[in-house]
Amino acid sequence: MINRYEVFETNNMVEHENLDVRTITIGISLLECIDSDLNKLNENIYNRITTVAKDLASVGEKIEREFGIPIVNKRISVTPIALVGGSACKKPEDFVTIAKTLDRAAETVGANLIGGYSALVSKGMTTADEMLIRSIPKALCSTQRVCSSVNLASTKTGINMDAVKLMGEILLEVAEESKDRDSVDCMKLVVFCNAPDDNPFMAGAFHGVTEADAIINVGVSGPGVVKTALEKVRGENFEVLCETIKKTAFKVTRVGQLVAQEASRQLGIPFGIVDLSLAPTPAVGDSVADILCEIGLEYAGAPGTTAALALLNDQVKKGGVMASSYVGGLSGAFIPVSEDQGMINAVEAGAITLEKLEAMTCVCSVGLDMIAIPGDTKATTISGIIADEMALGMINQKTTAARLIPVIGKGVGESVEFGGLFGYAPIMPVNQFSCDDFINRGGRIPAPIHSFKN
Amino acid sequence: MENNAEKTIITVVGKDTVGIIAKVCTYLSENKINVLDISQTIVSGYFNMMMIVDRSAATKSFADCQKELDVLGEEIGVSIKCQRAEIFDMMHRI
Repeated sequence: MINRYEVFETNNMVEHENLDVRTITIGISLLECIDSDLNKLNENIYNRITTVAKDLASVGEKIEREFGIPIVNKRISVTPIALVGGSACKKPEDFVTIAKTLDRAAETVGANLIGGYSALVSKGMTTADEMLIRSIPKALCSTQRVCSSVNLASTKTGINMDAVKLMGEILLEVAEESKDRDSVDCMKLVVFCNAPDDNPFMAGAFHGVTEADAIINVGVSGPGVVKTALEKVRGENFEVLCETIKKTAFKVTRVGQLVAQEASRQLGIPFGIVDLSLAPTPAVGDSVADILCEIGLEYAGAPGTTAALALLNDQVKKGGVMASSYVGGLSGAFIPVSEDQGMINAVEAGAITLEKLEAMTCVCSVGLDMIAIPGDTKATTISGIIADEMALGMINQKTTAARLIPVIGKGVGESVEFGGLFGYAPIMPVNQFSCDDFINRGGRIPAPIHSFKN
Repeated sequence: MENNAEKTIITVVGKDTVGIIAKVCTYLSENKINVLDISQTIVSGYFNMMMIVDRSAATKSFADCQKELDVLGEEIGVSIKCQRAEIFDMMHRI
């Protein structure tokens, strides 16, 4: 029988330690919508999304109420639009009409964001892939809820350097399109290496072609819960530290598993995965960087940060895996700069640099995330940063990503406000030396030797 | 645990005063909600109670009970939360 202490512990996590379910994401396959007529395709997409996800918001709110656990976002991910629109779209503007349809459908069903305005080009780009990528600036600037991602590399295929070069240019175009709003639309665009098919988190969520018709994926959160648990074991050795993180991650993930099962039952859509990621928000006490400090660092970025993050990430997985029947997505610790007050503090104190963040992405779940850089950064330099991140993912057989925000008209020393869950970010300096000749070579970097396991 | 879907945890937290348990239990009995377990304590003047109740014969929906208990809590000057029990089972039991 449940006892009082357990009940109050759980409620305390929700009320004082920011425990929440970060997102319920319905993945919807749009492959059945494909038509060579653009209007018909748009109509099919709208109807499909608004039918499958019609109860998303109401079911989310019901679960929230009955279990007393906040569910921060209700989202949708769809089949990469480059595949869906390939037959109907003859020019980039045609793809933009699909973005607008996705936006409208998401608004109708009350979804906060919709992901899947995506192309998978890790080895090569089809004509449709390239048109979709070229349409991204217009698509993101003419919609509210649409998120875009491009998979540029994988361990199996190597790195598509033509696409890496193109994405550097596209990112600057997105920044330019939204320059009157501090280039905020860039935060709706992410590039990946080894992108997972079942990621519930934005901006990188899409419904992979390996998935069923529709699926429920849930992302949990809870950095504040881990931080509070660690406060009780200050000064203890690594064994105690790791055990504490593991047990806490177990508890947090169980909530995600319950919500996923319940959402799946009530929506009549199969349960896919729980994503174990520790996802911070700018709220005080909801920070991954604060956990690193609690482990023993003055600021995130101090020597020892990579080791601390590595152990955190690993213990979160070890605790979480047992708590859920299916684990997937990104599953680890997120280290977005703007969305984490502890990270912002570290940047402002000069404790953390882009290069240290890059090192940290070798051992955590994603990559360079929500990092504001000067708006006059060259496209090739952005491509160079992306290429480095792709190489880390490719060689280490893990997902890596880059979500950079070149803020047009601003430079180092200034900061940019994104609002709400996205927080604010001080603009970080970028290495000024050129990589033009490297990026301009063209072609692709071959897959690494350890990918040949057959 | 049998009947898990109807098993609900009610927590009452707030400044201690006369008749909190009586008022909450009266509400529950009026609505055919059966109390299975009560655990209660007072820490430095603060009332702290957890009840496990069975809603299988309840006359009102979960959402209605939640709203009415909210109102009742305001009247007494305490906070009353009503949650399905699975969240605690999941978190604290393997």
